[in-house]
Amino acid sequence: MLRVSRSTRLVFLSIVAAIIVFMYLPLLVVVLNSFNKARLSEWPIREFSLDWWQFAATYEPIRAALLNSVIVASAAMFFAAVFGTLVAFALNRYEFFGKSTVNLLVVLPIALPGVVTGVAFSNTYSNFLSPIGIDIGYFGLIVSHATFCIVMVFNNVFARMKRMNPSLQEASLDLGAGLWETFRLVTFPQFRSSFIAGALLAFALSFDEVYVTIFTAPPGVDTLPLWILKEMSRPNQASVVNVVATVIILLSLIPVYISQRLARADDESA
Amino acid sequence: MGNTLRNDTVSAPGQETGSRKQSKPVSTYLYHREKVRLGALLALPMTWLIGVYIVSLFLLLITAFWVVNPFTSRVSPGFTLDNFISVFTVPAYLSTSLRTLGMALAVTAISVLLAVPLGIYMAKLASPTMRNLLAVAITLPLWAGYLVKILAMRLVFTENGFINWALGSVGVSSPGFTMWTAIITLTYLWFPYMALPVFTAIRQIPGNLFDASSDLGGKAFITIFRVVLPLIVPAIIAGSVFTFSLSLGDYLAARFTGGATQMIGSIIASNINLNPPVAAAFSMVPIAFVVMYLMVARRTGSLERM
Repeated sequence: MLRVSRSTRLVFLSIVAAIIVFMYLPLLVVVLNSFNKARLSEWPIREFSLDWWQFAATYEPIRAALLNSVIVASAAMFFAAVFGTLVAFALNRYEFFGKSTVNLLVVLPIALPGVVTGVAFSNTYSNFLSPIGIDIGYFGLIVSHATFCIVMVFNNVFARMKRMNPSLQEASLDLGAGLWETFRLVTFPQFRSSFIAGALLAFALSFDEVYVTIFTAPPGVDTLPLWILKEMSRPNQASVVNVVATVIILLSLIPVYISQRLARADDESA
Repeated sequence: MGNTLRNDTVSAPGQETGSRKQSKPVSTYLYHREKVRLGALLALPMTWLIGVYIVSLFLLLITAFWVVNPFTSRVSPGFTLDNFISVFTVPAYLSTSLRTLGMALAVTAISVLLAVPLGIYMAKLASPTMRNLLAVAITLPLWAGYLVKILAMRLVFTENGFINWALGSVGVSSPGFTMWTAIITLTYLWFPYMALPVFTAIRQIPGNLFDASSDLGGKAFITIFRVVLPLIVPAIIAGSVFTFSLSLGDYLAARFTGGATQMIGSIIASNINLNPPVAAAFSMVPIAFVVMYLMVARRTGSLERM
């Protein structure tokens, strides 16, 4: 074991403490500021209240933005779930020419900077599709989100499939089940939890995405992050932004928490 | 188990045998044709990824050679290298590229400096409970929301913010919004991507290496520098791919916590409507940096372990 003197241990401990404070204190300032009675964010908070939570609950632009975020994230999650699983199957079961290229294609949308992906889509929509009369609008936002979400489902399902026993499916086919029946009754139940976990991560990723959204959201459509962005661009920080930010912290942690539980469930049942 | 099996066989003759005997033409057809099955699996996702994404990237590259009509400010097809040349010759563009590169490297360096002591403490000094707690603590913020974190840093560094309140009495005031604040924000955003692989790598170092080092007279810091560091270089490089490339493409951290600091993304974003060809040419800069970085990282052989 690594043996260190008492003072060295203290040095390490204080570095670690400083890092944890650095990581959590700013988030705490945001969450506490959502209960700030004042119209503008500040520290220290002079008076606490639930005013801004009440205001946010009924404020129409926030509701519209939340609805858009949920619609886009759900649709992106759906496409990503289907495509990610299909690719995971192909890469897991078959050896073929260009296998690593297919793998790269799935990872590329998240590996390249978001601003590049966003600009690429926006350029296609406005400089190529629009001139020939195709106004892709809202669907363009979903298309771009689904593209970078595929990797989330792919990663989860692929990792699980690598550890699945292929003879179970062969047994099912030998016993006379068709391919669909085998998939539905034998294969899918084995990776169901990882599939749901990947889909939830895809949802969380889309829900929080900013860069691609900036460039591909049609005019007048705000997702929750875009709404925050607009509010942040004003000279002073309104307290109501902190309410939305707190909601985002909660809404993105819940799917991640569930997905980690699920991923573990699959491993334990295997 | 036996019961269910028998039940199945009993009920089978009445309902199921008919359909079983007819066999399953689609399944049989597919079962014997591996290529068709593979094609069916890949058709949709590849149509989407290539037809939508790769084509878009390719069109972006083409647009980088197009021209903008100075009077109508509309994009028209053409062929000019001016957009690419401007990336290298306009002083503001060139300095922005270099500044972004420097900032991304600074973020990576700071992340390493923080991640190594954190990882050593978590893996080798902390109690198991503490280790698990810290592992959760450094993973959770990954998902806390990108803009939320930038907003959080604003509230910490702003005029009537946390730093001025907490440290004002000891005479320290917030630096305000400068390039260094943007670097701190970027570190705040991407640090977990470095901390996690470094922690995992240090955990995998067998304990008897430390015993051997101390038997040979190595004090704690000598052990860290001569034993731990060389062993975790691959993990540091793997983490740096994230901290580097994520910082490189970022511009909102600079916009909201960097004052007037411009990054590559700022230039792309401000040109996308006014001058799409310049924005397109400029998007090739982060791609080039990331590809170069990946190639260097690959030479060290650390990418296989990611």
